[in-house]
Amino acid sequence: MSYFRAENLSLHFGGLKAVDAVSFAVEQGEILSIIGPNGAGKSSIFNLISRIYRPTSGRIFFEDRDITEEPPYDIARLGIARTFQNIELFENATVLSNLLVGRHRHSATQLWQELLFLPSVRAGEKVHRRRVEQVIEFLDLEPYRDKLISGLPYGVRKVIELARALCSEPRLILLDEPSSGLNVEETDDMSFWIRDMKSELGITVLMVEHDMSLVNRVSDRVIALNYGRVLAMGTPAEVQQHPDVVAAYLGA
Amino acid sequence: MRFLFKTDYEDDIRLFPHSGYVVSYGLLLAVLLIAPYLLSSYLMSQLVFVCIYATVGVALLILTGFTGQASLGHAAFLAIGAYTAAYLQKYNVPFPVYFLAAGLLTGCIGALVGFPALRLQGIYLVIATISFAFIVEEILARWESVTNGNEGLRVKALSLLGVTVSRDSPTFYFLCLAVLVLTIVGTLNLLRSPTGRAFVAIRDSETAARSMGVNVALYKVKSFAISAAITGFAGVLFAHKLSFISPEMFTLQLSIEFIIVILIGGTFSLHGAVLGAIFIVMIDPFLTYLKDDLPGIIAGVAATFGAGSATAGNIQSKVAAFASLNGLKGAIYGIIIMLFVLFEPLGIYGRWLKIKLFFQLFPLYKRSTFKRQKIYVKSERNR
Repeated sequence: MSYFRAENLSLHFGGLKAVDAVSFAVEQGEILSIIGPNGAGKSSIFNLISRIYRPTSGRIFFEDRDITEEPPYDIARLGIARTFQNIELFENATVLSNLLVGRHRHSATQLWQELLFLPSVRAGEKVHRRRVEQVIEFLDLEPYRDKLISGLPYGVRKVIELARALCSEPRLILLDEPSSGLNVEETDDMSFWIRDMKSELGITVLMVEHDMSLVNRVSDRVIALNYGRVLAMGTPAEVQQHPDVVAAYLGA
Repeated sequence: MRFLFKTDYEDDIRLFPHSGYVVSYGLLLAVLLIAPYLLSSYLMSQLVFVCIYATVGVALLILTGFTGQASLGHAAFLAIGAYTAAYLQKYNVPFPVYFLAAGLLTGCIGALVGFPALRLQGIYLVIATISFAFIVEEILARWESVTNGNEGLRVKALSLLGVTVSRDSPTFYFLCLAVLVLTIVGTLNLLRSPTGRAFVAIRDSETAARSMGVNVALYKVKSFAISAAITGFAGVLFAHKLSFISPEMFTLQLSIEFIIVILIGGTFSLHGAVLGAIFIVMIDPFLTYLKDDLPGIIAGVAATFGAGSATAGNIQSKVAAFASLNGLKGAIYGIIIMLFVLFEPLGIYGRWLKIKLFFQLFPLYKRSTFKRQKIYVKSERNR
């Protein structure tokens, strides 16, 4: 059994088949990239997994559990975190409180305890804070702890979004175009972090990416999509030489 | 300028970042505690209203400022609290019991209002809460066996531990102050714990909040319930302060006054609720003063510039007629809101922070420090 599996996943908007009977599997501890031209359905697959969209048909399994019908907020509780293509941070909050929201799935305190800020809440907060600090250290975010998101540059926000996802201590992370809008240097950093996430933190990575050099550097396997269908699957080199993929990108 | 060196995670959790805060808030509390022995009875009465309005302001801040759910129905929550107190008082229920009961009942009704709010956003939510307020107002006017309809209900002086506390006594003021301080401390505790962060997350991006494991529906209902419950507590005090309640006290205008409290004070911090409450309570006597004296002053000015006594009298009566127009107060409130939204979106507390920063950084303060930067425009949102 695979670690994560999508079976015949489809998403139709009226007549438009954004995702059309896509099946793939992710093994534990691998980095799988999804590539494809614009509108191929890459982000839609992510939105199906994180339950922003409800699949028209098909099923999703994670750790041998059918998660197709889980409510969206439970996906995070199961250990799946994600980032967004267009950055969805909490703009008017500090970096720290953004990262602490990532810890939400680990909080166990009751409302009345929080109103009184009982010692149990205080202890919990310190644990959260310590875990957040580890992520801050991992991603070199030390200079930004108390800054408001609304004043930070794009590249930093991108890293903070990754940090927020890591704070939830996921077992599977979905990265939606981690390098979009980053310069060469930042993309380099990102590729190191993605590999470290796999090797040091043991997180399985599923990512959508356009930057082929990043895909080549980090991925174990690649899936190419076009018009919501799987064109090719295999190692980065295999997929890039696949005639259908070449045709999709360059025209037949 | 003071630099804070953090050496412990406790430094990010504590309520007062450094000793300066302890001193200044301690001084403020001391002044508030001796206020009844210094101020005139009129000002004391105003101060009680500031406490009540600020409590409602904090409640509204939780819902609107931190969870991002607008409400124009808080006058209704206040009414439910007030009427619960007045009704239970008739059956000789002791104060602590009906005080808690009023908060609990209002909280439950708030949660019920929260459910339809799950599917509504922005202006539609405002409309839904206005309708709720109208429904409550109508019920208060029609359910005569309980509310005594438009005749209103008398509220007896509250008795605490067998002692009668008159609505003008310092004890009543201390009670209101205690409720306000406890509300503020409770809210601050909430904001530094997971629930408060979930509220802010929902305000800034529901999609992201959901993907981080926040049950958005549950937390919206929680926010409504907490906000309503606090308003219910304030309602009990409001009823006692007025000693008489009737449906026409809890109109849309009162809800708008509460919105003004947080808009003018500043929606991003609890300071805003208190500053806004001071503003709204003090503007009423100021407007009354203008209404009474402005026509005479204008006529006087006209007379000094050579207008005849007939013309001056004519001007005075016209200005007086204008000043006593119906709905003028509402129009003035409207203008105040517009001016603040346009020119001081961060409210009085935002202005205070800017002034403070100016002196901290003197002479290096830049106006652009507070300019909002639009670095990135969201082109695709999942809602």
